[in-house]
Amino acid sequence: MVMADNFNFELVSPERLLVSGSVSEVVIPATEGEMTVMANHAPTMTTIKPGVVTVKFADGKKDRYVVFGGFADIIPTGCTLLAESAVHVDDIKSEDITRRIEAARKELEHAASDEHKFGIETYLAELTTLNGIVMPV
Amino acid sequence: MPSLKDLKNRIASVKATQKITKAMKMVAAAKLRRAQEAAEAARPYSQRMSAVLANIAQAVGQDDSAPRLMTGTGKDQVHLLVVCTAERGLCGGFNSQIARLARDHTRKLLASGKTVKIICVGKKGFDILRREFAPLIIDRVDLREVKRVGFENADQIGRKVIGLFEKGEFDVCTLFYSEFKSVISQIPTALQLVPASAPAVVAETTGATAIYDYEPDAAAILGDLIPRNISVQIFRALLENVAGEMGAKMSAMDNATRNAGEMINKLTLSYNRQRQAQITKELIEIISGAEAL
Repeated sequence: MVMADNFNFELVSPERLLVSGSVSEVVIPATEGEMTVMANHAPTMTTIKPGVVTVKFADGKKDRYVVFGGFADIIPTGCTLLAESAVHVDDIKSEDITRRIEAARKELEHAASDEHKFGIETYLAELTTLNGIVMPV
Repeated sequence: MPSLKDLKNRIASVKATQKITKAMKMVAAAKLRRAQEAAEAARPYSQRMSAVLANIAQAVGQDDSAPRLMTGTGKDQVHLLVVCTAERGLCGGFNSQIARLARDHTRKLLASGKTVKIICVGKKGFDILRREFAPLIIDRVDLREVKRVGFENADQIGRKVIGLFEKGEFDVCTLFYSEFKSVISQIPTALQLVPASAPAVVAETTGATAIYDYEPDAAAILGDLIPRNISVQIFRALLENVAGEMGAKMSAMDNATRNAGEMINKLTLSYNRQRQAQITKELIEIISGAEAL
């Protein structure tokens, strides 16, 4: 069996660089559905919805991060994920997500246009799903 | 001529002041290090952001699908100035430098018949600009309660700016902050936020501008990216400001400590002189008293 090629992956949030290293596989929650990025992926740029990023490092270690929106820049030799906010899955607190949900709800009340409203509603649904994934009852 | 006791009190009080300024300098130095680290940690994001932005802006081009935040409204009648300063003083000319740049800019705009609106971030800038442009200030952001500037703070300001733009409240937005060059040098800077100028494409990224797949389409991503970039720029400005403020405070307090030291030397000298004069006087009194007998 041929071993999968490795490529460079970077997870960056405005505050700091969270991950930078050689990985074999990354699963990212793209807006149009989850996608798995491996080496030699076609150049793609996509926005990201709130969700979980699963990183499989070159040495076989796995790590998971929760991201809240952002976008990814994928080229055959690497992948850069610019997250609006990213937290390691072990460090995420239920209050963080709840706070965001509440903020989104409040914004929904004041939303003027239907388009804006639709955007927030989608965001809200994604957050709620995320809450279900990360916080098992 | 102050009495010996007065001088003694003076020296004690200057010494106490020196102790305070010395402590403030050390606190500023510690905070500066932390602020510099934060600014450094934030750098990769903004770098990658501008690379991606340049790439995608080229793909979309300047056609109609480009978002209005990038193309602008086509006018430049109403200007919005976002002036970022520190929350506290005692940092030399740091705040007044930024405020002066903003003030000159405002005067120039007003003179050419434009409308100006100002958002103040930080108390000190508000205090200075209020004297002259009180009716122009439409909003102020208070970061006094914030211990560490986070992206959320910047995002809030960014949203405010974008909200105003969508309501057609302004045509051009400029951000004022201080660029941190070194501990002794902070350069007040004006940066145009809206219409956003796309950074020049760096040719070496992936050899050529690869043909990208966009999900959803390029225009939608660009529409999502530009507002985020505004927040990132504000975030960067805030971080630079914190580092600059601490740098300016450090050198201001260093100066103050040195001045206090000089003052103590001078006061001690005149104290000693006066003490000597008094001893001599007393001796003369005793001697002349003895001679008279």
